[in-house]
Amino acid sequence: MTSVGFNKQSANLLVWLLLLAMPFWLPAIGGYVELGERVVVLGLAAMAVNFLLGYTGVLSFGHAAYFGLGAYGAGMTIRYLVPSTGLGILVGTLVGTLAGAIIGPLIIRLRGVYFAMVTIAFGQVFYFIAFRWNSVTGGDDGLNGWTRMPLNFGITTVDILHDTRAFYYLILAVFAVSVGVMAWLLRSPFGRTLIAIRENERRARFLGIPVDQHIWMSWVISCCFAAAAGALYALLNNFVDPRALYWTQSGDFVIMAVLGGMRSFWGPLIGAAVFVLLQDYLSSQTQNWMSFVGLFFVLVVLFFPRGILGAVRRKVTS
Amino acid sequence: MTQLILFNVFNGLIVGAFYALMALGLSLILNLSGVINFAHGGFLAIGGYIAFTLMPFIGFWGGLIVAPVLTAILGIVVERFLIRRLYGRDPLYSLLLTFGLAFIFEDGTRFIWGAQSLPFQVPGWLVTPLSTDYFFLTGYRLFMVLVVASAVIGLFVILGYTRLGIRIRAGTLDLETVSVLGVNVRVLRSMNFGLGVYLAGLAGVLAVGQLGLQPTIGSSLIMPSFVAIIVGGLGSLPGTLLGGLLIGVASGLTTVFFPSASEAVIYVMMAVVLLVRPRGLLGEEGRF
Repeated sequence: MTSVGFNKQSANLLVWLLLLAMPFWLPAIGGYVELGERVVVLGLAAMAVNFLLGYTGVLSFGHAAYFGLGAYGAGMTIRYLVPSTGLGILVGTLVGTLAGAIIGPLIIRLRGVYFAMVTIAFGQVFYFIAFRWNSVTGGDDGLNGWTRMPLNFGITTVDILHDTRAFYYLILAVFAVSVGVMAWLLRSPFGRTLIAIRENERRARFLGIPVDQHIWMSWVISCCFAAAAGALYALLNNFVDPRALYWTQSGDFVIMAVLGGMRSFWGPLIGAAVFVLLQDYLSSQTQNWMSFVGLFFVLVVLFFPRGILGAVRRKVTS
Repeated sequence: MTQLILFNVFNGLIVGAFYALMALGLSLILNLSGVINFAHGGFLAIGGYIAFTLMPFIGFWGGLIVAPVLTAILGIVVERFLIRRLYGRDPLYSLLLTFGLAFIFEDGTRFIWGAQSLPFQVPGWLVTPLSTDYFFLTGYRLFMVLVVASAVIGLFVILGYTRLGIRIRAGTLDLETVSVLGVNVRVLRSMNFGLGVYLAGLAGVLAVGQLGLQPTIGSSLIMPSFVAIIVGGLGSLPGTLLGGLLIGVASGLTTVFFPSASEAVIYVMMAVVLLVRPRGLLGEEGRF
């Protein structure tokens, strides 16, 4: 037992060291910092999805909506309200969380495939609003005409627009806070209750746990961090378009979580890294990258359902 | 104004008939096998493109008959070699698999037939308007409604009176018992999947006659089909039919008064239904 605990600690340490040093080792092996930024941002979204999928056992397929709302919230705050990066992230996260909180009561009583179907269908509302409300959202062309603003700390300002390393560390800071909160929640009695619901919902209900309420809370938390990731995604691109809200984006998050390993905390981040690298490589190599991504989905499902970390763990225990 | 409303209601009814045809196929597969077939839109597109390719040889009528059958055969092959492996596992996996297939189908049609929109010729006498006052009442539109109606009636006859249909309905209620009674459940699921995909293929041939051929035609039709199933009630095929027609008409009526909300309105309807009656209009209590 102690050796497992030790392994976990050293694994955490390794992940954080790799993330902290990313702007230094990634260019050295032929990558670029923006690629690392994408991995961290999409990894956060995938981990948020996995909070619900892997730790509560609820099959959500519509997280692109809250991701996209976070992105639009951040972009529109900077474009129309206040040119402040920090406020943009905050407003984006709040907008996505609020939307999740409102839609939550409509869906928490549903289970399984039905839940998946309803979440994905609800996501489309926001897509059509972003697509149709031309005068505010820019419609199909997307929301542009804004950039991320320098961070103002009172004594000094940091230019995150041109200094990609500084921007990477801003992303990593938000990522660290979000992941820290998720890890803390999962370790708390609340998190244990979620896992109990995942393992045996009926039993949890008989023990007097208000299951629907817990699923609602888990859903809102998951939407909150997906929205935070979306806000960062908007800043990363200095641009938002309705595709960030489209249902295929939700599928990408789920496949990242499955590929990395749904039952492990860091799995979705690893899945995101593989997915981003693969997409980056394929879209530079072939026009038909969509087929390859589809094929990738099929292959993961058929031959790798436990994900990378699941397979590793199995090998270690056997 | 009356004419405008009539026009849009009629339009909505036709669109709703498509949604219903798609959604009925989805519902069949979902009810028996618990699989959400994201690739359904892809099958629809393939049905349309097959009809387009075969048309120089067998004409429109031949295409209308043969293309859905070929699509169904493709569906059965996909079920046999891919989806069958995932029965009994977490529904997440079949969802992701068909999700990937949807990508492959859309990109595949783009690769084979090109990304640009292609014209699809329907027989000339079908396109002429029947009345000058009601210019929108073309023969093709009436014809579509007719084909959809007969397909739906055919489906309900199959489900109600043939051995296959009765087994499908029994399996929807309790697959294990059906299996114990000596029915080959694997074959049953394959046939059921084929039947569902056949409806998608048929919808495809009809749709491209109205909208033209585009690789993305399927992915734009699949979400409203989900809404049709949810509004109508899970597990109920008449409900799905009703849901499809309802959201079609609702979206048509919204086009008259507030065009930019015509897509979003069906999701608002879905929210209202889920709030007031979570199992859907004709859904059974406690099924999901």
